[in-house]
Amino acid sequence: MELRKSYFADVRKDDLHEIGQARPRSDSPGHVTGKTTFFADRNFPGMLHLKMVRSPHHHARIRSIDTSEAEKHPGVVKVLTAKDVPHNVYTILILIQIGPEDETVLADGKVRWKGEAVVAVLAETERAAQEAAAKVKVDYEVLPAVFDMEEALKPGAPIVNEYHGQNYYLYDSGECRKVRFGDVEAGFAEADHVLEQSYQSSPIEHAPTETTGCVVAPEGNDRFTCYTNTQAMFFTLDNTSIILQMPGSKLHFVGGTVGGGFGGKVDVIVEPIAILGAKLTGRPVCFIYSREEEMQISSPRAAEKVVIKDGVMKDGRIVARKVTGYTDAGAYSRHSPYGAQKGAGHYPGPYTIPNVWIDTYCVYTNRTPSSAMRGFGVTIGDFALEVQMDKLARLIAMDPLEFRFINAYRDGDMKAHRQPTEGAALIECMQEAARAANWPVAEKYMAMSSYKKGA
Amino acid sequence: MAIRRGRGVAAINYPTGMNLGGDPTQALVHSTPTGNFMVTLSSVDLGQGMKQIMAQICAETIGVPTDRVVVDTADTDTGPHCMGTFASRGTHRAGNAVIQAAKEARQVMLEVAAEELEVNASDLETDGQGNILVKGAPQKSISIFDVALSAHFKRGRSISGRGMFLIPRSYPEKETGAMKPSTCYAHACTVAEVEVDDETGEVTVLTVKNVFEIGRALNPKMVEQQLVGGSWMGISHALYETTEPYYPNRDHGGTDFNQYLMPGPGDLAETEIIVLERPSGDGPYGAKGPGEMCANPQIPAVANAVFDAVGVRIDTLPITPERILRALKAQAN
Repeated sequence: MELRKSYFADVRKDDLHEIGQARPRSDSPGHVTGKTTFFADRNFPGMLHLKMVRSPHHHARIRSIDTSEAEKHPGVVKVLTAKDVPHNVYTILILIQIGPEDETVLADGKVRWKGEAVVAVLAETERAAQEAAAKVKVDYEVLPAVFDMEEALKPGAPIVNEYHGQNYYLYDSGECRKVRFGDVEAGFAEADHVLEQSYQSSPIEHAPTETTGCVVAPEGNDRFTCYTNTQAMFFTLDNTSIILQMPGSKLHFVGGTVGGGFGGKVDVIVEPIAILGAKLTGRPVCFIYSREEEMQISSPRAAEKVVIKDGVMKDGRIVARKVTGYTDAGAYSRHSPYGAQKGAGHYPGPYTIPNVWIDTYCVYTNRTPSSAMRGFGVTIGDFALEVQMDKLARLIAMDPLEFRFINAYRDGDMKAHRQPTEGAALIECMQEAARAANWPVAEKYMAMSSYKKGA
Repeated sequence: MAIRRGRGVAAINYPTGMNLGGDPTQALVHSTPTGNFMVTLSSVDLGQGMKQIMAQICAETIGVPTDRVVVDTADTDTGPHCMGTFASRGTHRAGNAVIQAAKEARQVMLEVAAEELEVNASDLETDGQGNILVKGAPQKSISIFDVALSAHFKRGRSISGRGMFLIPRSYPEKETGAMKPSTCYAHACTVAEVEVDDETGEVTVLTVKNVFEIGRALNPKMVEQQLVGGSWMGISHALYETTEPYYPNRDHGGTDFNQYLMPGPGDLAETEIIVLERPSGDGPYGAKGPGEMCANPQIPAVANAVFDAVGVRIDTLPITPERILRALKAQAN
């Protein structure tokens, strides 16, 4: 890595003692010698293991659940169903008033995705819990499922989630989050070329080294200590408090040493049910996802579809951009309504375009609920935007990098969501990339700056 | 049939933080009796090194070496509220909270030192080595060790401070979408060079040259580890990874690392990282959040390089050999 100090030297004082120093990380020796304590290193006498019975169907009504054989299995201590969870229907962002509550801790009457948790089994050993889980009998009536976002949005599509009532998240702005800036149709009319293209991604996995999980110990004073690898301590504690209808003062969460998160550990999934298990048995409980659960049960990055329509002039100026984004939330909201909204705030990318129209939809389908991941709401949008930029440049026979210089945002430029640009540095990044890659760029672009006089 | 070479470019920006709910983080700082400093947080270190960075930020602000700062974090019985580690917010939000707390603690420390030295607190400065000196008369000094002892045992002062970061929550305007979705923005431009085998569809990423503008590299080695890791993740996202290879079909999803494809060491490109620093007005010592954006520009840069190499557009991620071969076949027809 090289620090190029020549850029922005006029706005930076390099007079600090500790900041800017490549001090060795204090936690590295522990990590590389195996001495760091992770949550799963906690072991308590009498600790129970929790395993989930999961839905084999994408969408089904639950006619009945029979746990009698599982309860008789040697080593089984407790079997939990929906009726054991005090506030079973929840949603994570309710803490900041983003509803409705739309997801069950344990399925109640219905399953909406293949892999959904239905029954929790607590046993003396992992093996006993697994074997007993296989003995739980659930009678399902399979229902039609919908997997394709376009199908889900059509009238008459099976309703994925009754708590929403339609297969998209209803924002205060309607069926999508909207950004309107300038007159996009006038921009297309004026453009020399109009190009509309569609981009698609598939879900991906966070693939952390350490799978999601927690270990819960009941304390002598009626409190519960939960050792967890959550990415958000109080978010998890406060949601657990709601789900278990238990005062937050009874809960003590300990974490902060995590073997990779990438956004996969911001959902509140394992802690509430493990603490409930500890409460109802009076025993320590451990609930750790297997690698298979981490890959197919825990939230992936959403699949997204992005449709971009641009109007461009022969001289390289983009005069209009319309973006329609679809985020496949799967069966439940989790953080997806926020992710789709974040996309609306991100488009049309780091370019100054006078006419912009953005609609972003959060769509429900019968698949594993997606949620936050590194680059949430932005990564797939950037893929679509930057491939589109390449296509536009070739359409008007212009160098792709020079085309970006023409449209790059600079200090003071008004963004589509009506915030003035501050602290821009796109131009300088492109200049340095051109130098590093020996990519020939006309001198006038290499002389540009993100600063604007008077800005 | 041949190995064809191409290169592509992409440029991006990325918002720091999650302005949904105001994005709060709080911090507490206090000194021990012998002048070491504790930073208390509930933020989570995901492996990116948050504890180390918070120690350096606290040390810089108080004016002591980093090894005199201990970070105690992610215990809800002791640490004040942090919204969480996500949205490229950890360093920016918690860092700002730590600076505010450390400034308050520093002020008390200087007041105690001023009483010991019988001067005004405003006439004092720290040397960064653990001492407090009178400006212009450095022979008149006291160690922070002695100042802390005095505060605890003689003068009854608590060398401590409280800090928080909060911005007003932004509600998007319904019709226009006017909103303030984040604070400062980080930037990047990536040039990727690939080889595509037009017989097998296999893509080899030869080089990736990344330029990142991140506000301020608070710890350059840690910045490097995050940016290099991000760049690899971007390549992996572009070419390999998915839990549903035939989305929207639910079948064929990988359940372990044998089935879920990721690049191995031999698949990683020669990676160059160049960092620019335009300090942000609202970041701790000018830092922005580069944690997420560093994995983004490689994806379109690789996609554009594949087109440059073989003349087909793969607009669906991941860009698998199967998709390339199908596109080449369609193009030939």
